[in-house]
Amino acid sequence: MTVSLDPGTGPLLGARRFLTRETIGDHGRTLHQVDGNEWDSFYRDRWRYDKVVRSTHGVNCTGSCSWNVFVKDGLITWEHQATDYPTTGPDAPDYEPRGCPRGASFSWYEYSPSRVRHPYLRGVLAEMFREARQRLGDPVAAWAEIVETPLKAMAYKGQRGRGGFVRASWDEAIELMAAAHVYTVKTFGPDRVVGFSPIPAMSMASFAAGTRYHALLGGTLLSFYDWYADLPIASPQIWGDQTDVPEAGDWWNATYLMMWGSNIPVTRTPDAHFLAEARYKGTKVVAVSPDYADNVKFADDWLAPHPGTDGALAMAMGHVVLTEFFRDRQVDYFTDYARSFTDLPFLVTIVDGKADRFLTAADLGHTEGEHKTVLVDANTGELVVPNGSLGFRYAEPGRWNLDLGDVVPSLGLVSDDVAEVELARFDVGDTEGGSTIRRGVPVRRVGDHLVTTVFDLVMAQYGVRRGDLPGSWPTGYDDAESPNTPAWQEKITGVPARLAIKIGREFARNAERSRGRSMIVLGAGANQWFHSDMTYRAFISLVTLTGCQGVNGGGWAHYVGQEKARPVTGQQHMSFAFDWQRPMRHQASTPFWYLHTDQWRYERVPADELASPLGTGRFAGMAFADTVAAAQRMGWSPGHPFFNRNPLDLADQAAAAGETVQDYILKNLENGTLGTVAEDPDDPANFPRCLTLWRANLLGSSGKGNEYFMRHLLGVSSLETATECDPENRPRDVTWRDEAPVGKLDLLTAIDFRMTNTGLHADVVLPAATWYEKHDISTTDMHPFVHAFSPAVEPPADAHTDYDTFLALADKVSELAVTHLGVRTDVLAAPLQHDTPDELAMPSGRVRDWKFGECSPQPGKTMPKLIEIERDYTLIGKKMRTVGPLMEKLGTTTKAITVDVKPEVDYLKHQNGVIDGRPSLATADRMCEAILSFSGTTNGRVAHAGFQELEKRTGQRFTDLIEGHENDRVTYSETQEAPQPVFTSPEWSGSEKGGRRYSPFTINVERLKPWHTITGRQHFFVEHDWVAELGEQLPAFRPPLNMARHFGKPGDAVDGGVTVRFLTPHAKWSIHSMYHDNELMLALSRGGPVIWMSVQDAAKIGVRDNEWIEAHNRNGLVVARAVVSHRMPEGTVFQYHSPERTVNVPKAEKSKRRGGYHNSMTRLLVKPTHLAGGHAQLTYAFNYYGPIGSQRDEITVIRRRTQEVEY
Amino acid sequence: MRIRAQVAMVMNLDKCIGCHTCSVTCKQTWTNREGTEYVWFNNVETKPGIGYPKHYEDQERWKGGWKLDGKGRLVLRSGGRLSRLGKIFANPDLPTIDDYYEPATFDKDILVSAPGGLTDTPVKKPWSKLTGEPMSIEWGANWEDSLGGDTMDQDPNLRGLADKVKFEFEKTFMFHLPRICEHCLNPACVSACPSGAMYKREEDGIVLVDQDRCRGWRMCVSACPYKKVYVNHATGKAEKCTFCFPRIEAGQPTICSETCVGRLRYLGILWYDEDAVLAAATVPEEELLDAQRGVFLDPFDPAVQQAARDAGHPEEWIEAAMASPVWKLISEYRIALPLHPEYRTLPMVWYVPPLSPVLDAAGAAGRDDTDADDIFHTIEDLRIPVEYLASLFTAGDTAVAGGVLMKLAAMRAYMRARTLDGTVANELLDGIGMTAGQVEAMYRLLAIAKYDERYVIPAAHAKTAAALEDLGGCSLDGEGGPGMGGGPVPVILSTRRP
Repeated sequence: MTVSLDPGTGPLLGARRFLTRETIGDHGRTLHQVDGNEWDSFYRDRWRYDKVVRSTHGVNCTGSCSWNVFVKDGLITWEHQATDYPTTGPDAPDYEPRGCPRGASFSWYEYSPSRVRHPYLRGVLAEMFREARQRLGDPVAAWAEIVETPLKAMAYKGQRGRGGFVRASWDEAIELMAAAHVYTVKTFGPDRVVGFSPIPAMSMASFAAGTRYHALLGGTLLSFYDWYADLPIASPQIWGDQTDVPEAGDWWNATYLMMWGSNIPVTRTPDAHFLAEARYKGTKVVAVSPDYADNVKFADDWLAPHPGTDGALAMAMGHVVLTEFFRDRQVDYFTDYARSFTDLPFLVTIVDGKADRFLTAADLGHTEGEHKTVLVDANTGELVVPNGSLGFRYAEPGRWNLDLGDVVPSLGLVSDDVAEVELARFDVGDTEGGSTIRRGVPVRRVGDHLVTTVFDLVMAQYGVRRGDLPGSWPTGYDDAESPNTPAWQEKITGVPARLAIKIGREFARNAERSRGRSMIVLGAGANQWFHSDMTYRAFISLVTLTGCQGVNGGGWAHYVGQEKARPVTGQQHMSFAFDWQRPMRHQASTPFWYLHTDQWRYERVPADELASPLGTGRFAGMAFADTVAAAQRMGWSPGHPFFNRNPLDLADQAAAAGETVQDYILKNLENGTLGTVAEDPDDPANFPRCLTLWRANLLGSSGKGNEYFMRHLLGVSSLETATECDPENRPRDVTWRDEAPVGKLDLLTAIDFRMTNTGLHADVVLPAATWYEKHDISTTDMHPFVHAFSPAVEPPADAHTDYDTFLALADKVSELAVTHLGVRTDVLAAPLQHDTPDELAMPSGRVRDWKFGECSPQPGKTMPKLIEIERDYTLIGKKMRTVGPLMEKLGTTTKAITVDVKPEVDYLKHQNGVIDGRPSLATADRMCEAILSFSGTTNGRVAHAGFQELEKRTGQRFTDLIEGHENDRVTYSETQEAPQPVFTSPEWSGSEKGGRRYSPFTINVERLKPWHTITGRQHFFVEHDWVAELGEQLPAFRPPLNMARHFGKPGDAVDGGVTVRFLTPHAKWSIHSMYHDNELMLALSRGGPVIWMSVQDAAKIGVRDNEWIEAHNRNGLVVARAVVSHRMPEGTVFQYHSPERTVNVPKAEKSKRRGGYHNSMTRLLVKPTHLAGGHAQLTYAFNYYGPIGSQRDEITVIRRRTQEVEY
Repeated sequence: MRIRAQVAMVMNLDKCIGCHTCSVTCKQTWTNREGTEYVWFNNVETKPGIGYPKHYEDQERWKGGWKLDGKGRLVLRSGGRLSRLGKIFANPDLPTIDDYYEPATFDKDILVSAPGGLTDTPVKKPWSKLTGEPMSIEWGANWEDSLGGDTMDQDPNLRGLADKVKFEFEKTFMFHLPRICEHCLNPACVSACPSGAMYKREEDGIVLVDQDRCRGWRMCVSACPYKKVYVNHATGKAEKCTFCFPRIEAGQPTICSETCVGRLRYLGILWYDEDAVLAAATVPEEELLDAQRGVFLDPFDPAVQQAARDAGHPEEWIEAAMASPVWKLISEYRIALPLHPEYRTLPMVWYVPPLSPVLDAAGAAGRDDTDADDIFHTIEDLRIPVEYLASLFTAGDTAVAGGVLMKLAAMRAYMRARTLDGTVANELLDGIGMTAGQVEAMYRLLAIAKYDERYVIPAAHAKTAAALEDLGGCSLDGEGGPGMGGGPVPVILSTRRP
């Protein structure tokens, strides 16, 4: 011990003279001590805990991180990330420790005041129901009386969102719900009972609980992926695949990585380290972002295009790639790839100077050749019908493959004949449809047809001139007038042409050197625009031209709503009750809400506005609502509810008329006595009546056009500035009723563990178990593991798991059905289905509408399929609880691969136990077991059987991909123990064999398996009459919609405001609406709603940081604080996604109404090409195709308001 | 030589994504309780910015840390013993709650309990957690996040850089700076404590506040130049980051480390010579960094190992010190730097500075873009002015700060050649004075960074403490002592499958 009492350097420690276990350091600076006394017991006690339980966070986050939840004295204390993921191998970073601050703060909800612990009913409704129930003795009769008495219905609907909840018992709340559902099934039809719950992957059993219920009832289930504008429509268009992307660990394999509209540290927090780490391996990183987003700091180069102009930049890069790597110099790797794996060599007909459709074998006189596409063999110059196109898929086993044999497809025609074609451009022109430009292509005559190749069209479209082809061509990269050059994009995006050239060139050169390891990570910033499909096609062109797709470390990496339920077969068959009946009513949400929240009544953009001059005028006089109605009646896009009558009555009426159901329906449709809902959505017979939301916050997060929902769906008027469309813009085919209905919905039920904006407006709020209180399983695109939710504690008070809630509801419905429903026959109008022979219904995508006599209505061909399903409503509760007999009878079918699963049914009988001889699904963990058992990714036998089937179809070898795992399976209890790696399976397109990182389409590229498209290849050319009408057959840049022109500049009406683009990127302090109300996240952010704006825009309206501002446009109004930052570009503001209106939202200055949230500023628009269907890869599947609910094209005015706020 | 062990941390700022998971898991575990609402043992700041609490780096204002007096002796900036004793009841250098932030809470059950017939939806409005009064939120724990607001130009590290740093869109740069207690070798807080409540643990150097001895004088708060000692306003006592000692004792990483999603934290043992600390803290500013590195002892040196054995350290610790990633990053690769060495506290949390290589939105002017294989920018092109990093990490020495960036940049270029062509670009290594083997090992530690390589913490802590006990009586005899059930009993130890 040395103690110095030097007065200068030995300050107060010198006073410590009675030390026994301390060492005072030199000159008395430091005190060393061995712990010994008891003072530190506080920290030791705090760290103590009783148990650790593995769980995760479900639904709204796609990170799928495994967490350890700590429990002490029966209470959840905190959560830390699990670190026990299977390793990626010795030379790559591991997945641990996945997580983010939002997940780390979840346990705050467990005991927070935001928690919903009891069932709540809207007070006015509860009073009426209790009285009527008592008086009438029957809950269904009580419900009927309330909703059929206008004054009563008005009384409770008008109180939505205005407080006044009363507590109810669990049984009472369930009974009220069941009564409403039974009444609706009986009176209006089961398809008027609607359910919505997103993204099954992140809690499959919870999702399945409600979807299974709706499936068995005959209810309508709404889509989410397209609705969220997360679905990249370009993916089905190009690949015939919903979305398939690399796991995050595959970023490590990239050697050039562009982040395009994806703010990885914020939105892919658990994965971001792979990006940071790949840089050390020598990977170049480029950020494309309009603002200095958090990810930009990781980039070697930052390109900041004006919002929504990304497509122009990508087209210019494509111009550079085609010029330097296809024209001036050829790269064997790229050329070979293009020949084998893209539609570039295929022949397209030219009619009237416009590209028309793929030449097919039928044009060459082959029978059944309508779906077989044609190319030229470069060796012989002969026409060839190669294997792999759609025509081989269902008809000729063994020839559906990409094996070209000795054929070398000609990439471009070698021909002295040339013709000018008209090509679309959208950067100029009087309408959204833009203009055209004429450029020459080499052509050849085949019979009556003038043809060229897709490659030649693409070269022309991108403006890459070869030889002296005629037409209007750019003079060079610096030609700013000719579309798709680097200089042209600079005018549009603001990105220097020099950078567009440099990055485009580097990207391709890296792909050349690395054989395809250039990657583009895409995010919502690029995807959630109205024309995102066109933007994405420009991106995807870059990765397909450079041979990056289907290569580890390369290709597109789209991370917007990573929906991948890896055990997809079990998940879908169980969720949609395919074990009892097939199909169920899957509905595309965007057209559904466009019609049923009456947003169509406010439309000021006619459908024709979007049409290119290349089109034939087929949308003239049509509104978007008309295109919805047309797509539904032609069987392309689902329309549920479909008929303007109760579908349960149709079967009875047919029987009474002595006709088959099909004949009866066709006759009545043709004579007009039977109509469709889409053609008269404001007829009270056609309203959706009951809406149940679980795992969802429709009115606080995803509901684009929130104020329209409020008024028309709920009956709470809040639209102040929106005006209905002028008579000349009204629909042609859809009935206009002068009085717009308000309060269409009879019952809104929110099932949640926290009180959201949806809950505030609901009639019934049911308390749900949290993610730490239930059994379930989770997977994601981002990693290849399956892991579990497990209950750390029991749900408190009246809270129930989603699984138990829907079992209780089903039981109650079954009980009431004995009196009210019994056994009925339901008739479904099901759309033509992707990955089935329905894809052959409309050769070449030629459109014929039976309504106008262009053809006859033929179910399954020119209109939806008509399918009868017998429903015993008294058995719904029992069917929920067991695996139904169709599993043995029909097996499972995923992406056209059918597998006999009798062994799995037998296994489940033993594993889960039986009820009435069927495998039990009585609990959520049993449901998890069933999902895992029926899926190839988690059951090697199923994967093996599926690959055998695929081998028969293709004649190629696949079963070796599952070799060694044929007898392995992942059980639920194993997923509780640690994250489990999945098996390679025909359900997906990549291989994980040997611990390989997942990358999509590696199986296609390496095993010559066709894509699910018309040519069997990746597409540059998309054929369909509606696509042609919009001028979108080939990649092109379409700018953001000109909202100011269509709807007027919102600033015109407001003094002292600045008009800006209103963007809603994903937030740092929340996952969608979740965590916005979490006090930890509120403490780390600004404690309430904010709008980020540039220093310049703030100066224009005299606003300083943290001052209150108001944003408004025709759709609604937002009150928020300003965050002023120089990292924001002038002219654009951000309100980060889904702040809700529940925390720290004051009233608006003038209207005194509560400020809204980001979707108060938006309204839906329907892009008709997203409805196009009936043909090849454009045929419908749930969440696979359908109009996206985009929200980025919007503008708003921002002004400073008085700083006094009222709540 | 008096050999001691220090559990130290290195954070690689180049990997930090600014997510704050570390802050949340730390707060959830340690400080989400009454009295510490405003306390974040671990926080993350956006730089440039004034940080948390406001302007904490401005020692002219707060008088934290040490300085050399007129005679070249080391003195607390806040004054000597007598002057400080005089201020004991009215410390003028103490941040107020507004310098941190006033924590808010929100209405409790209004969303479900609101009576019917409202004109609008109910809403939760903000209330002060401290006073219970309605409040307007004007500042927070992370107010400047991702460069929000108008305070970043007050960052003291920007002094003299007005011509180099412009807060304009196209010239934007930022990085994140996670901070915990530095567990300094020369801790000003310990020295300033009148009660002797603060101490540096014998066995591993963790700086702690003895809650029984603390009398709430708050001199530690002022003296700490990093403002990482806080006052619990409920108990009136000081509290601070404990380096998660109950976990460290069990061989587990700190919570902020294990939950770090960016995988940027490294934990390991350093040997240092306690006898050399004072001298190292007393050298002129430009020599501080080298002097601080000079305090550390080479764990591979047999003499050091023998000294450690002689001092009672078990073999396990000697091995751990050799495997220490912290030693490698600080002393072998020399890419980790201390935060504000000029505070002279010899901080034990070091940082690899951010490469953040992005150029401005217009791209670097005047470069040759035609070579599509030459894709990286030189560090001269980088947008974070090296002077700014030097102000943070090298007491202003731009050559050292720039040298670290050169190493990182050269590593990337070297590894690109390895990855793409399998070639070894030795010419890239000449300028940074590293061998191919060193660069590849450094790359593995930074990039692949397996769990076991990031965190090398010897267990058997209690045994160590006992062996080091050279004073009367064994501390382990006490009830609740580290060897007597006082340590944690982990229900699961994190095991990772191959």
